[in-house]
This record gives sequence, C-alpha cells and structure tokens, in this order.
Amino acid sequence: MRENVVIRTVSRISIPFIQLFALYVIVHGASGAGGGFQGGVVFASSFILLLIAFGLTGVRSRISVRGTRILAAIGISIYAGIGLLCILWSGNFLGYAAIESALGIPHLHGILIDLVEAGIGITVMAVMTSIILDFADKEANKS
Amino acid sequence: MKKLALIAVIFIGIILFWAVEDMPAFGDPDAPANQYTAKMYIERTLPDIGIDNIVTAILASYRGFDTLGEVVVIFTAGISVVLLLRRGEDQ
Repeated sequence: MRENVVIRTVSRISIPFIQLFALYVIVHGASGAGGGFQGGVVFASSFILLLIAFGLTGVRSRISVRGTRILAAIGISIYAGIGLLCILWSGNFLGYAAIESALGIPHLHGILIDLVEAGIGITVMAVMTSIILDFADKEANKS
Repeated sequence: MKKLALIAVIFIGIILFWAVEDMPAFGDPDAPANQYTAKMYIERTLPDIGIDNIVTAILASYRGFDTLGEVVVIFTAGISVVLLLRRGEDQ
C-alpha cells in the first residue's frame, strides 16, 4: 500500500465521527429514524474506510477476524437471550410485557427494544466486517 | 428472437399501464392496504409500547420473531462466506 498522508489523516479524523454517528443511529432507533441494521452497516463502513486507507496490514493490527465472528454470535445471543428472558418470567417469546410487569418498572419496553437493536447492530457490524476482511484476505493471498 | 422479446415487453407494459388505472390513489386512506392492521398499529403503538417510532415498534416488538429470523439470515450469510473463503486455513 502506497503511503498517502492526506487519505490517512482524513480517515484518522473521520473514523471516530462515523462510529459515533453509527452508535447514535442504533440508540436512536426507538424514538426516531434509525435502527440496528442501518447503524450496524454505518459502523462497518468505518472499518471499510480503515481497510481502504491503511491497507490489510493496518487493519489486521486493529481488528481480529476471530473477534468479528465471536461478536456476530454475541449480538444474536443478546437478541435471543432477551426473548428467552421473557419466557423465564412466564411470558411469550419476545413478549417484553412479561419482563416489564415482573420487574415492576414502567417504560421498560423502549429500553428492551434498544437492547435488541444493539444486538442487531453488533451482529450486522461484525458480519459486514468479517465478509470484507475475508474478501481482502482472499485477494491478498491470490496476488 | 429480439423482436419477439420487444413485442412481449411492450404487450406486458400496456397491460400494466392499463391496470394502473384501477389502483387507489397514493396515500389514499380508503385503500385496501390501509384498512386492516395499519390503523391498529398507529392507534396502539404509544399505549402498548410507549415509544414514538411506529416502524421500530413493529420491527422489534410486534414482529420481533420475524426480525430475529432476519438477523439469523445475516449471521448465516457471514458464516457461509467464512466457510467458503477460508477453506483449509487453520487458525
């Protein structure tokens, strides 16, 4: 990868803001436009920018491929775990009202939806990053 | 063969434009698509769930199980890419 100071500096500055915006989109899902799928893809796009600006060796020192797979499984487990938690408190699968009435906290519904959205976001982000790293590794091995 | 395909496309296009006449106007509250569950979601999202965003309420609460399936699809796609592209690597 050829050194390019402009691209690297601009990426270094803008990547934190892209990630912050992605977190905003995920957390904002319950009260406005946003959600886990969109936020996860925006988050993954920051890693794609990292890959473009710093090359495969630069990305490898920051992100582990193994970690992305584990994160994908964790995100899906958060979602399914909240669903099973509802069964534990004698409700239906993903029937959030059961947790709400069992704990006696009002307006828990929105928080649980935010947690579910966070799970979706983690899975989407990890899967997108994993796919892009797989293809980059494949291309690097070929040449 | 190309002429036949063109004739088929034009023919189907005419039929579709003909059918557009019978469709309800865009955003018509009396349209069949707005008659059944849409009204219920708009009226009951705030008292049932207590959040402002109706789309998120449907996505994550009313149709939560469906969304879980969607996430599993994305997860499966990612795992499939790993299995296809990283054959024979041990790490």
